[in-house]
Amino acid sequence: MSSPPPPESPPEESPRVPVFRTWRGLYIFVLGMLALYIVFLALWSRWFT
Amino acid sequence: LVEVVHVSALDWLVLLGTTLGIAGYGWWYTRGRKQLDTYLRGAQNTSWITIGLSVMATQASAVTFLSTPGQGYADGMRFVQIYFGLPIAMVIIAAVFVPLYRRLNVFTAYEFLGRRFDGKTRLLGAGLFLLQRGIGAGLTIYAPSIVISGVLGWPLDLTIVFSAILAIIYTVSGGSEAVNVTHRFQMLLIFSGLIVAFFVIVASMPQGVSFADALHVAGSAGRMKAIDFSPDLNNRYTIWSGIFGGVFLMLAYFGTDQSQVQRYLSGTSVRESRLGLMFNSVVKVPMQIFILLLGTLVFVYYQFEQPPLFFNRAEWRKYTEAPGGDTLRKLDERFVPLHAEEAARIRDWLAARHSGDSAAETKARAAMTAADGQTRQLRAEAAKTLVAIDPKADTKDTDYVFLTFILDHLPHGVIGLLVAVIFAGGLSSVASELTALGGTVAVDFYRNLIKPEATDAHYVLASKWFTGLWGVLILAFALFFQFSDNLIQAVNKLGSIFYGPVLGLFIVAFFFKRIGGTAVFWGAIASQALVIAVHLFARDKIAFLWYNPIGVGACVFFSYVVQALPGVSSAQPKASLAA
Repeated sequence: MSSPPPPESPPEESPRVPVFRTWRGLYIFVLGMLALYIVFLALWSRWFT
Repeated sequence: LVEVVHVSALDWLVLLGTTLGIAGYGWWYTRGRKQLDTYLRGAQNTSWITIGLSVMATQASAVTFLSTPGQGYADGMRFVQIYFGLPIAMVIIAAVFVPLYRRLNVFTAYEFLGRRFDGKTRLLGAGLFLLQRGIGAGLTIYAPSIVISGVLGWPLDLTIVFSAILAIIYTVSGGSEAVNVTHRFQMLLIFSGLIVAFFVIVASMPQGVSFADALHVAGSAGRMKAIDFSPDLNNRYTIWSGIFGGVFLMLAYFGTDQSQVQRYLSGTSVRESRLGLMFNSVVKVPMQIFILLLGTLVFVYYQFEQPPLFFNRAEWRKYTEAPGGDTLRKLDERFVPLHAEEAARIRDWLAARHSGDSAAETKARAAMTAADGQTRQLRAEAAKTLVAIDPKADTKDTDYVFLTFILDHLPHGVIGLLVAVIFAGGLSSVASELTALGGTVAVDFYRNLIKPEATDAHYVLASKWFTGLWGVLILAFALFFQFSDNLIQAVNKLGSIFYGPVLGLFIVAFFFKRIGGTAVFWGAIASQALVIAVHLFARDKIAFLWYNPIGVGACVFFSYVVQALPGVSSAQPKASLAA
């Protein structure tokens, strides 16, 4: 008899968004986007001078 | 340069059709709601996309569409740095604040303070919110009205009354749910208007000036510098003040200001509330970049096309007709050839750039910079002359730039659309503020202190009355008080004076478990006194964004000090309040 599948995480534990399995992953993505915006704007400032 | 602005029948149709249509739909869709949960939290059945749009719509007031392009025009892109703290704050709120608010099933953020500390701390938080947001809401209506009425020649009082009455009608009728419903359409209108404006501005550039050329022209005038690493505390917009000061400002605004807390408390679940906030985190910074870019492109446009010497034309007209106005008219006459000279030097520089001849490019850049210096000098002279004629004259005209451009250079229909965008921004903010103010009085004062046991229908009726009364109070405030300074900065400064101590209350509540109600109550009052003292005596040395971390730090520090005094009781641990 195979063991029962592990219980699903409670609904609030996962954002249920494709690619992101945990909220922490989504938060890191959001902060990564901020870093990306800052780098983009720094390059933008440098390019158009 | 001073002419009467004509708004066509098509503009009126677009403006009134969209503004009245959205408000009317909000009223019709939510009429007859009798449940307090529905009235104050939209029945907690709102999806993440509506929450995200609603959070954005609440923050994006009419001032956003007047002052922000004006900032882009006058100061370039660096204002965007103030939003760098937003995504960090959103992550903290989503991870810590949202689950606690939802677990305790609170109607207002201050109800949480009551559960965590005591009744007086709840009232202090709610009272500070009412004071600060009440003044802020008056400004939210007044600020765009003075610009719109000044430029379009509409009576100021009528513009204020029209905006306020419209918001009051659908907000009192449908509460938070009406606000959610209208926000979706208002944001759709805002996004559409901004995109149309962008393409029209780019298409309006003079022949031979490409989009890339326009960006280089803006860059040569320092308008493309978006990041400033300067450590100067008095420098208003740097990456440091944006991240560190901005994170506290945004934490306070989104985490403790009921006009925002109410938006995400209306979510179906913690997941929907969090995703709505994450949507805002990712979209808000590009949206602000885009709005600033519009202002910067308007700046480039006016490098080639003749702009007014002073964009607040109603003010300019008033003083040119006053004694001493001759000097202003002469300045106007001197400005025309100077501007033509500058436009010619910019074209020379672009031609030299395209030719790839770096020596010619350097020489042309020097000539262009010299010509720019002359027009700047003339503008400074115009401001000085205005003050010489009337020391109380308002010499800041950046809030008038974008609307002047819209009216002078965009086609009919688009004018109506963009004025509708400005109204949509105003209504979307005022509506959130009104429901939050009315709801806070109903829940934190009326139900808490005066009538604790009554039916839902009774509380809904009470909330409607309080919302309506706040609407009338805000309307009176906007009608009878005069404001000054750059509009958006005035709103942000006002927030920063109160936000630090209020956020301090919540930070202590979440992260300092042993500190009790009495300690944090006096800690918050002491920190509020400190922030006001800093504003009164050191505002020349410390930019306003730093008030937020100062207020929070002082609140935590003073709370600790009071807690350490003999006889002050610690907080009792409560399992349901663990972060």
